[in-house]
Amino acid sequence: MKPAGFTYHRPATVDDAVAVLAEVNPAGKVLAGGQSLVPLLSMRLAAPEHLVDINRLSSLAYVRVGDDGGSVTVGALARHADVERDAAAYAVLPLLRDTLRHVAHPTIRNRGTTVGSIAHADPSGEMTAVLALLEGTVTLRSTGGERTVAARDFFTGPMSTCADAGELVTSVTFPVPEGRTGAVWTEVARRHGDYAVCGTGVVVTLDDDLRVAGARAAYISVAPEPVVIDLTEAVAGEMVDDADWPAAGRLAAGRLDPGDDIHATAAYRSHLAEVLTTRALREAAGRASVAA
Amino acid sequence: MTESVSESVATSGPPRVPVTVGVNGVSVSRQVEPRSVLVDFLREDLGLTGTKVSCELQVCGVCTVLVDGRPVSACTFLTADADGADVTTVEGLSDGQTLHPLQESFVDHFALQCGFCTPGFLMMSKALLDGDEVPDREAIVEHLEGNICRCTGYEPIVEAVEHVAEKLRGGPHG
Repeated sequence: MKPAGFTYHRPATVDDAVAVLAEVNPAGKVLAGGQSLVPLLSMRLAAPEHLVDINRLSSLAYVRVGDDGGSVTVGALARHADVERDAAAYAVLPLLRDTLRHVAHPTIRNRGTTVGSIAHADPSGEMTAVLALLEGTVTLRSTGGERTVAARDFFTGPMSTCADAGELVTSVTFPVPEGRTGAVWTEVARRHGDYAVCGTGVVVTLDDDLRVAGARAAYISVAPEPVVIDLTEAVAGEMVDDADWPAAGRLAAGRLDPGDDIHATAAYRSHLAEVLTTRALREAAGRASVAA
Repeated sequence: MTESVSESVATSGPPRVPVTVGVNGVSVSRQVEPRSVLVDFLREDLGLTGTKVSCELQVCGVCTVLVDGRPVSACTFLTADADGADVTTVEGLSDGQTLHPLQESFVDHFALQCGFCTPGFLMMSKALLDGDEVPDREAIVEHLEGNICRCTGYEPIVEAVEHVAEKLRGGPHG
């Protein structure tokens, strides 16, 4: 056994879970799928005094489409694979499944939770960027009550969020983009499913004449937290078939300031951001043009 | 109600969590440390060493077992969370001395060299073939993407799984 010892708590209800988190605050750490946390425990990069295992909270194991089809809400115990396979969620927001196919490998998606990866806030976590791209929200519970935070306020840095150690993230909500839109995720990784060297999710909105009304993109692995860039100014009003997508790609790359690491240089990441943005926007525009 | 296991409630030795796990159809009850992970429980507590352990970061796939039918990495799965679940390991594949069709096919296609990755590939493949749809080659390759073979014998592995899939489909090898 490689993890350091911890006091183990296995609450049966959400109320019990937040009560335990309050009692041990700030020494508690929430365990859901454990696909990021257990390796950290095994490497002893994390050694929490108290582990609060929420795997018995079956009331949080859900994927729900809003009544009007305008959003998808994912509970804290829904595994990535549950979200990926949810037909109703796919029907209103195919971007979720399309992106989840890039999230690690099938075994990890069977165990890891979408909410857990968002709470973990790894700068290379795809679902953090999807939530930010769609201007989604995060709902947190504590003994003090419930609050809902916008994605842009939730992520505060690498592996950092505004969540207090006494709070449990109970769900996240992904709004479905309004209007005639297309959304695409694309990324480059050394092996499919590995951490992306650069990844981007985009949404393109067209008006009734098929002119570009909006374009925005979110990025992973190029900034400390998921960064969203509005690219509309590069392509606004242009017809979908001959919009200058490379100009939008250049605009995006100019706004990003990635770092070097052992996997790639900053220059290569910038290059990827430009090329991937261009490709993704073009594809998203194509999807928007055939959308109802 | 929250069950909590801590030093303060333990009478002697490290604190323990009671678990009852179905392992290859046999119900097993044990007291485990909260920090115990499933692969160590299987190998060290139960002596089921067919499941291998390597990276312990769920990137290599050798520790793949089925928990309630879904393939997971046993290296990052707390044993405490397997309480009440059914776990299938490579030891549960054969029926006595009769090999599972996947095991037969791996032998026939020379789909193992050193053999260290084989249990993970077998369990991953079983989960795929147990699904509702008979997979094609592309689906097999995608499904096995998280399993690493350092002998690099991927082609025979994919062919072995494809062969069993074709039999299920009643295809040319059927």
